[in-house]
Amino acid sequence: MYEALSQFAQTWGLLLFVLLFAGVLVYALWPGNRERFNKAAQMPLDDAEGPEGTDTGKGRNHG
Amino acid sequence: MTNIAFPAPRKGGAEGFLIALILIGVFFWSLYAVARGGDPLMEQQGWLIMAGSLIGLIMLVGAFSNGGPVNDESQYAEGVIKAGTIATMFWGIAGFLVGVIIALQLAFPNLFYFADFGFLNFGRLRPLHTSAVIFAFGGNALIATSFYVVQRTCRTRIAGGLWPWFVFWGYQFFIVIAATGYLLGITQGKEYAEPEWYADIWLTLVWVVYLLVFLGTLWKRKEPHIYVANWFYLAFIVTIALLHVVNNLAVPVNWFGAWSYPVMSGVQGALTQWWYGHNAVGFFLTAGFLAIMYYFIPKRAERPVYSYRLSIVHFWSLIFIYIWAGPHHLHYTALPEWAQTLGMTFSVMLWMPSWGGMINGLMTLSGAWDKLRTDPVIRMMVLSVAFYGMSTFEGPVMSIRAVNALSHYTDWTIGHVHSGALGWVGFITFGAIYCLVPWLWKRKGMWSKALIEWHFWLATIGILFYIAAMWPSGITQGLMWRAYNDLGFLEYSFVETVEAMHPYYIIRAFGGLLFLIGALMMAYNVYRTIRGGVEETEDRVNPQSSLVAAE
Ligand code: HEM
Ligand code: HEM
Repeated sequence: MYEALSQFAQTWGLLLFVLLFAGVLVYALWPGNRERFNKAAQMPLDDAEGPEGTDTGKGRNHG
Repeated sequence: MTNIAFPAPRKGGAEGFLIALILIGVFFWSLYAVARGGDPLMEQQGWLIMAGSLIGLIMLVGAFSNGGPVNDESQYAEGVIKAGTIATMFWGIAGFLVGVIIALQLAFPNLFYFADFGFLNFGRLRPLHTSAVIFAFGGNALIATSFYVVQRTCRTRIAGGLWPWFVFWGYQFFIVIAATGYLLGITQGKEYAEPEWYADIWLTLVWVVYLLVFLGTLWKRKEPHIYVANWFYLAFIVTIALLHVVNNLAVPVNWFGAWSYPVMSGVQGALTQWWYGHNAVGFFLTAGFLAIMYYFIPKRAERPVYSYRLSIVHFWSLIFIYIWAGPHHLHYTALPEWAQTLGMTFSVMLWMPSWGGMINGLMTLSGAWDKLRTDPVIRMMVLSVAFYGMSTFEGPVMSIRAVNALSHYTDWTIGHVHSGALGWVGFITFGAIYCLVPWLWKRKGMWSKALIEWHFWLATIGILFYIAAMWPSGITQGLMWRAYNDLGFLEYSFVETVEAMHPYYIIRAFGGLLFLIGALMMAYNVYRTIRGGVEETEDRVNPQSSLVAAE
């Protein structure tokens, strides 16, 4: 059991992880994704589009 | 009991009913434990658990007798985040206070030592400190900010109606059970996993609900892309669930008693414990707070993260590497040497993605460097990232076996821990609180910018005292332990090494005190900000509307 598992981990397991990680790199660096990531980077910044200073204090707001 | 959950079933009736069932179950369990519990300690804990379930029921009735929870999809849920922000501050101060006390106990061992009264011994207070700062302070910060960030970046109200509140109160309940248990002497003896089986089961339940709430919110998001901070939060939630369950596998001695036997023992137990312990650092103290970094720094600096691509690579390389690094806590033990080497190799590799993340955080400020001078909150967060860089450089060095031979068991480790904990975790959390409070309570800014400055400087100097004391202390300790004389005998007796630490321990306690005072200033500042009524403030934030933003 131990032998079989460590054999698997050292061969196919390793290969699988290397390939997965290579996939991540390709996804992150793919030129076609540039536009999408640039937009995504703006996400925290344009989340305050609603009317400013709206107060939740009025009424119940059991989140 | 259904009439409790269904006074006027407007909304959230079903979930109210389920929560009521859970609480009633807990109530009867604790009733039995108190009446005929397996051991005297559980008879005491049982009362507390019973009180907790009753308070929970009363709060539930309260929520429903007010007409039921309002679940207005056009507004972000902010109440639970307000509660989480206050809880973060409360537990932070409690945890720092206990830290100062145990620091003083190490310097003056008779402090709070009572021969026939164990509650306040160092051995009981130490896990109280670590749990209070990591799980209570850090955990509440992560839960509160994750609820905030996931709603904002998904442009949707949090999922689950009443369940986020269940997560919040259930988590506080866990903290109180765990903390009082330590004082009574209930512990599994596993570092950072001290709570016994019944508290562990409760936390598992709360955590699964937390995961579902988070996933549910992601599910109904109105943005196609999931912002990177949410990936870090998700990794934190999923991994902690896995670590917690596996490391705490145990068989209770008595189903109504405090004690249990672990399923894994010996070297397997040790490896599982440090697989847990290290990844608790990696996914709780690192991934979760990186999520805070990736949202709050861009927000406060008003610029997008330096490189979004780098953030994706950062995320996945941490995920792939961290899991294997645990064995560096078990150098020179019964753990097979190949496993130690594996842990060491992966720890050294971790340095790269960590610094990639640090650079990403720091460079987000490019073009806005002047804010470092003018905005103490930005300065806090930047210093935090710098400490992240420092501790993730120090860590790989310490995981090299030859270095670890010197550093292990010494105060060097303690210094490393606190440069990560006070510097990175502490400062990024303070920064987030200073952003959140004006946003949530709709103020123009914090009540006093000067107090933020004071907080910044006191805490920074405090950290410097702390780690500047621990490095020489740790290295002295390590060198004294391994010094032999000509005849091959140990040069120093153990108590001589303890004596040599005395001045350093006093300096460390002083540094901790400064850090604590800084946190108290923050609490006062937050209190004044929430109380409101003050229009003039130097600190300014961009207001954050409660209305769910249009797409
Ligand atoms: C006022 C601030 C603090 C003080 C004075 C303080 C003090 C201490 C002391 C005296 C110890 C025991 C060291 C030993 O046994 O030799 C300790 C351990 C520890 N503290 Fe703190 N602490 C503070 C803040 C924090 C914070 C904010 C965190 C985490 C976010 C933290 C995390 C830890 C951890 C993880 C340990 C265990 C370290 C180990 O076993 O290697 N501390 N602290
Ligand atoms: C690349 C990143 C890191 C690596 C490779 C690393 C490595 C290490 C090593 C080698 C030890 C000493 C183990 C021993 O001798 O017992 C250690 C201890 C510790 N580190 Fe790190 N570290 C890293 C980052 C961090 C960060 C960012 C934090 C906190 C926020 C942190 C918190 C801790 C804690 C709490 C301990 C003490 C564990 C105990 O109780 O013994 N580490 N780390």
